Amino acid sequence: MTVAITTSTTPDRGHLRVTSVLKSEWVKMRTVRSTMWSLAAMAVLTVGVAVLATITVSGQWNTRSLVDRLTFDPTNLSLTGLLFSQLVIGVLGVLVMSAEYGTGTIRSTLAAVPNRPLVLATKSAVFAAVALVVGEVLSFVAFLVGQALLRSPAPHATLSQPGVLRAVVGGGLMIAVLGLFALGLATIIRHTAGAITAFVGTLLVLPLVVRALPSSIGNPIAKYLPLNISDTMTSVGHALGQGPSLSPWAGFAVVCAYAVGALVVGGVLMARRDA
Amino acid sequence: MIEVNGVTKRYKDTVAVDDLSFEVKPGQVTGFLGPNGSGKSTTMRMIMGLDAPDAGSARLNGRTYGNLPVPLREVGALLEAKAIHPGRTAYNHLWYLAQSNDIPRSRIDSVLEMVGLTEVAKKRAGKFSLGMGQRLGIAGALLGDPEVLLFDEPINGLDPEGILWVRNLLKSLASEGRTVFVSSHLMSEMALTADHLVVIGRGHLISTGTVTEFIAESTSQFVRVRSPRSGELARLLMAEYVQVTSEDDGALSVSGMSADRIGELAGASGIYLHELSTQMASLEDAFMELTRDSVEYHGMSDPDRVAPLSQPLNSGK
Repeated sequence: MTVAITTSTTPDRGHLRVTSVLKSEWVKMRTVRSTMWSLAAMAVLTVGVAVLATITVSGQWNTRSLVDRLTFDPTNLSLTGLLFSQLVIGVLGVLVMSAEYGTGTIRSTLAAVPNRPLVLATKSAVFAAVALVVGEVLSFVAFLVGQALLRSPAPHATLSQPGVLRAVVGGGLMIAVLGLFALGLATIIRHTAGAITAFVGTLLVLPLVVRALPSSIGNPIAKYLPLNISDTMTSVGHALGQGPSLSPWAGFAVVCAYAVGALVVGGVLMARRDA
Repeated sequence: MIEVNGVTKRYKDTVAVDDLSFEVKPGQVTGFLGPNGSGKSTTMRMIMGLDAPDAGSARLNGRTYGNLPVPLREVGALLEAKAIHPGRTAYNHLWYLAQSNDIPRSRIDSVLEMVGLTEVAKKRAGKFSLGMGQRLGIAGALLGDPEVLLFDEPINGLDPEGILWVRNLLKSLASEGRTVFVSSHLMSEMALTADHLVVIGRGHLISTGTVTEFIAESTSQFVRVRSPRSGELARLLMAEYVQVTSEDDGALSVSGMSADRIGELAGASGIYLHELSTQMASLEDAFMELTRDSVEYHGMSDPDRVAPLSQPLNSGK
């Protein structure tokens, strides 16, 4: 029977190949139902909210206040639903890792690929690629559908206007990076419920806490919150009445740093801890 | 070949595995025996590189698990009944494992057939019975056609037909020259399957050797004698400083003297014997005897130490 190994020819028997481990993670990701359900939910929420929001604004345009009309950002309005997608991609990012621990699959995985940093890196890469593609597609679809539904006298945006393309592309990028942040949290926490709580807490609860603080303390912190950063990224020009914020790309770099930080801490813990 | 050298694993205030060393050789089934909680699974996880030992090391074909170039092609393991995502089908579970180690997809169909899961290959593993889950785990272990195989309690949840199948599988894998290491808390099962034994209790090595050696070492043989004049015979034997116990049915259990010698003594005194036979304790008795002090969780108080040997120690369990 040992002969069977050598006769079943594969080009390289010497070591594990990164491309094979990547493909393995891809197989893993698309053979559970939670992936398709999450991505479908993202599509419905992002495009659905764009449709609802733009139709509503078009219909109520004449009853809106002057300030509302002057500060109206049609790009940002059509991308409102991305917030829901950020939550869903966060849950999916958590599940991709925590389900391995929850079901014991991690032991099968590590038996096949004992190099733990390689497991985390390939898993993150496959997930990031999926999240980026889906995020960009949804961001563009939501924008185009939303703009098409904005009826005069309400103004609509086009991709050639300054800052609009950045907002739409940036909306998709935020999906991928926040998903990776969630995956990193799950690698640290290893429990689905705990990791989802940490992710939602960072994204949605932290801004409420910061808002409750005196503005002298709250404002310097607020600009580093992922929610504010992603709002800046998907806006064209500054909205009135908001505190100081980072520039879109500086903010993006900060969120990237959160994701990398969570993944590195998770990777170190993963390498050290018993599986 | 598996070599375990001075492996130690501590959890907060308990020592799960303490300076454990043994070898598992190819071409035979080696049983890894111990009561529940004795450290078998922990040891297996350390061999697989899943848990890091606090001291010592475990090597497979001379390498630690993490240094195996293509792990599944050298080592296959059934570690836990369900190290499997319940939402993934049996086929897809094997597919991602095969993919990571460049094992051709045709091999997936072969192992599914080998374990008898071909018909449920497209069913989600969550719908599987415990026994089917075990078969899928075994399929995963066989996937890379490895030379070294580890099975942690493989017969858990299997029906009698499945148990027989595993028993034959283990033997045939060993007969092909592979290293087969299988843990169990069931001595009777190991008596039927294993050639060699590694016995542990509370993380300590208690005994290693062949099954026959194990029985010989750990249990004293005794001789059963029945005689109409048993009282007289007992006095005669005790004068020779051997241990004599009387049984419920009036027979004597004699340890420390061969059946031949007892017959000669009786004959010299003109005592008739109705029965004279050498008794071997069963493997189960030997196991109970050896691990009695190292069972972590006792059901009740220890069995009476001075119980006559011929009363099976496992009676009533």
